[in-house]
Amino acid sequence: MELIKKYPKLFQWLFLLIVFFALCFAIDVPETYKFIRGQAEFVKDPNQSSFVFLGKEVRYYAFDVFWRLPPLLGWLPIWINDSLFFLMNEWMPIEFWNEDTQEYRTRPLVLQISRNLTAFMTFLIELIREILLGGLETIVAFTSWDWIDKNPWAELPGLPWTIVAAGSAILAYKLSGKGLALFAGLVMVYISIFGQWKPSMQTLSFILVAAPLSFIFGLGLGIAAFKSKRVEKALYPILLVMQTMPQYAVLVPALVLFGVGDHAAVIITMVVAVPPMILLTILGLRAIPPEVIEAGRMSGCNNWQLMFKVLIPTARRDILIGVNQVIMVCFSMAVISAFIGAKGLGFNLLLALNQLNIGLALEAGLCISLIAILLDKMSLAWANKQTDYFGNLTFYQRNKNILFFVATVIIGIVLAYVGTFLFKDSYNYLFEVPHNKGISTADFWNKGVDWIFDTFFVYIKAFNTWLIQDVLQPMRALYLRMPAVATLVLVVGAGYLIGGIRSALVVCGLTLFIAFSPWWDRALVTAYMATFGVIVSCIIGFTVGTLCFQNKHSASFMLGVCDIFQTFPSFVYLIPVMMLFGITDTSVLIAVIVYATIPATRYTIEGLRSVPVGLHDAATMSGVNKFQRLTKIEFPLAFPHMMLGLNQTIVFALFMVIIGAFIGTEDLGQYILKALSDKKGAGIGFTLGICVAFIGLIFDNLIRTWVEKRKKHLGIN
Amino acid sequence: MSEPVIKCEAVYKIFGENAKKMLQDSNGNVDAKTFQENGCIVGVNNASFEVSKGEMLVVMGLSGSGKSTLLRCISRLTDATGGKIFIEGQDLLQLNNKELIELRRNKMGMVFQSFALLPHKTVVENIAFPLQIKGIKTEDSINKAMDMVKLVGLDGRENYFPRELSGGQQQRVGIARSLAVEPDIWFLDEPFSALDPLIRKEMQDEFLRLQDKLQKTIMFITHDFDEALKLADRIAIMKDGIIEQLDTPANIVLNPATEYVRKFTEEVPREKVLLIEDVMESSTTDNLGDLKVLKDEIIENVAEKILTQEKSVAVIDNNNKIVGSINPTKIINTVFGGRKNNN
Repeated sequence: MELIKKYPKLFQWLFLLIVFFALCFAIDVPETYKFIRGQAEFVKDPNQSSFVFLGKEVRYYAFDVFWRLPPLLGWLPIWINDSLFFLMNEWMPIEFWNEDTQEYRTRPLVLQISRNLTAFMTFLIELIREILLGGLETIVAFTSWDWIDKNPWAELPGLPWTIVAAGSAILAYKLSGKGLALFAGLVMVYISIFGQWKPSMQTLSFILVAAPLSFIFGLGLGIAAFKSKRVEKALYPILLVMQTMPQYAVLVPALVLFGVGDHAAVIITMVVAVPPMILLTILGLRAIPPEVIEAGRMSGCNNWQLMFKVLIPTARRDILIGVNQVIMVCFSMAVISAFIGAKGLGFNLLLALNQLNIGLALEAGLCISLIAILLDKMSLAWANKQTDYFGNLTFYQRNKNILFFVATVIIGIVLAYVGTFLFKDSYNYLFEVPHNKGISTADFWNKGVDWIFDTFFVYIKAFNTWLIQDVLQPMRALYLRMPAVATLVLVVGAGYLIGGIRSALVVCGLTLFIAFSPWWDRALVTAYMATFGVIVSCIIGFTVGTLCFQNKHSASFMLGVCDIFQTFPSFVYLIPVMMLFGITDTSVLIAVIVYATIPATRYTIEGLRSVPVGLHDAATMSGVNKFQRLTKIEFPLAFPHMMLGLNQTIVFALFMVIIGAFIGTEDLGQYILKALSDKKGAGIGFTLGICVAFIGLIFDNLIRTWVEKRKKHLGIN
Repeated sequence: MSEPVIKCEAVYKIFGENAKKMLQDSNGNVDAKTFQENGCIVGVNNASFEVSKGEMLVVMGLSGSGKSTLLRCISRLTDATGGKIFIEGQDLLQLNNKELIELRRNKMGMVFQSFALLPHKTVVENIAFPLQIKGIKTEDSINKAMDMVKLVGLDGRENYFPRELSGGQQQRVGIARSLAVEPDIWFLDEPFSALDPLIRKEMQDEFLRLQDKLQKTIMFITHDFDEALKLADRIAIMKDGIIEQLDTPANIVLNPATEYVRKFTEEVPREKVLLIEDVMESSTTDNLGDLKVLKDEIIENVAEKILTQEKSVAVIDNNNKIVGSINPTKIINTVFGGRKNNN
């Protein structure tokens, strides 16, 4: 009894665990239960139960409700699907004037809006693409095909690669300095001579459209949320879900609404990239000292002047960090949206991975990573750049960079013209290096992979078998063995112990949604893979972070490494693991671990760093040794921040697990991938995405609540 | 007497959801405690006062006393919950947004504790900002701003960014910005509190020099009683949203109205604050010495002379007319003794 009074929390947790295990043992696995694989779910089986709701029939295998809850929400995906279809094809038919046929046509409103939006996006992408690569679609858009036929000269010529390379170097120089300029130049030259110019520019044009549009929408919505509590309240749940929603899942509804192609990719990228922009805009505007706002008001600003002359310039840095985030999301989407037909490096990467041509995949992956790092560095430099005063500089000093750029344009055109004479019979390498004429290292890599496979096959195989048979399979079986009720009790109990009744209710709602969906088993598999990844990532991340923290330089170095790794589009992580482990769960899990270790490491270092210097000195004066300082002072204080790292680790792990479906896992991701090629997949894909997001949100809610309590307790912030 | 520039009548500011209703129900009898129990916080409680043209009213109070809230009600950065505020006879609370902006653009200037400069603009651009907001051409506004730069002694630094300036220099920019539109009313919200003591003293002297030249109507907020004594024509001492006492510095030191005010006055070196006029006897006797002192001398400056006299000393005004007398013992009582007896 004494003990219980001393550690009440500990005993509450113990009690919760005892109940959980008691339930697990008390409820037997029904004899008819089996994990449904592949297409088996579509087989009509007389043993299945069914119910009809809202006119949709849901078929399922009925079990004891303690073991598995019935899929009461089974109608939801079908319903979403049908509603979407209705909205697109039947709702509100309106007459529209058709330019081409010169007559009125009846079309549903949403379809018409979607087509107009699509046309607009396509035009924007084509415009930028043709500035970079040349073409005639843009001019056609303003005139007609007939006109083009009569005027064969009317074609955008495209910029020679030399100009783009020099231009980006000059821009990098202006933003940051010589180092970044050199890097920018090298990246562009690399892309060009390795024959990746065309897909790279396609990807770049995609980003140059998606990023500014996302920025404008994000900024606008952010401002709206800042000004009106009601808008903020309406946006908040969407932002929350979007943060944990796997990017895969949003593809499917977009497919239905906007079809296949670059334009759909841009729209869907905006859906994913706008939320972080909104968050950072709100954050930046909130951080403005109230006195600056008052100073603006007392200067006689009206609302418009206050926003654009005082608030936004003052929040400039946070807003530009938002731009940086937007660009990073765009890159990650540039690969993922290749699934719905976006052209460029992502498409090549996907194609190569599909053909198991690791060498080609590596080349495309390297290119996209390099461009991502370049744009990341450039946008960060822009955010951190302080404006200089140039009131009394000469014309030359003020416009130096523009003059240089004009000069390079002229030189580039001259070079390209000279090139037409130099390379009379072959391609003009001074204009553009064609896709298959560059230097290719693919063979080298493929041979390397083959060599590794031949040499280490035995060891890799042995490791693989051991991991799958002795670790993964049992773990998976254990997860599937959990009765639904036991899981619910565990999760809700944890919610209650951490955050009281409110947290318990939220968590309960989220879990019930998944439990009532038809994919509880799949969710368990997702959870098992994510758990495994998170555990290993945390062990590695916390260890590496703590070790690196011991030395100032190694800590900064490690944070730099984290920065660069985080810049890679998530898909790129699949390349090296497929190279080594082929198409197995091991590959996915290793990708998950590598990807999820980044936040674990970063937050550990940041958390340890945030311990105040004063406390260090106080500890040193109390005569602690290094180890004591770490365990008695630094860890307890850094722990809340490290837990936020855990939160990020879980989100990252979930993302990668879902992407891993590309390699072939049997979790929710597999169904999302399948929904992409399913005519009726929109509802399924979306509901699955929500399920994954909810798994993330359950942990998010628990961890955040705990961290906030702990921080209050420690008096941090 | 001409119309007061700022006039407050029973101003209340209460934070909370049904503040307005609760205030109406209470019939002007606001008790902070009962309000707090109902989730409302009383910022300003029944403030009534006037500030006349060219006068400097210093509002003194500790943090949370409502002094800044009072100032924000008068500049209408927040709307008062109850009461009336008149600026040059105009009812402030009745102004619509457009009129309010007009008023701020032409009549009001404000200086902030944290300087509140725009980080992306240079010194001269910051100062020109209110002018440009008003719609004045860039060139004219910059010229005017340059005059202001000279006025506050920042010539040569006009193209610096705020981040490149020290705190004192930043506040000079803040002062210049608030004066750029040549306002009649000047609000200063703890302008020197964030500065080092030495810089603070320098800025106070500079401020007095400016005010001597410009003769603005001023509301000055501070938590520093010494600063209040040094600068003020009149001081309002606030506590828990209530103005405890509003009087001239001398009267506050000599006759503190409440226990709370007395605590502030206890430590004040009176010889540095009080004038001869404040402590003299207005009745004159014939038995005066040869020494004559001006009535608006600070005691400290003439104390030594007076204390070496045996007889009472004659007090004269600027026209050399005798207006009263002062006995050396009175000086001793004022400086050393009287404290405890005064109550």
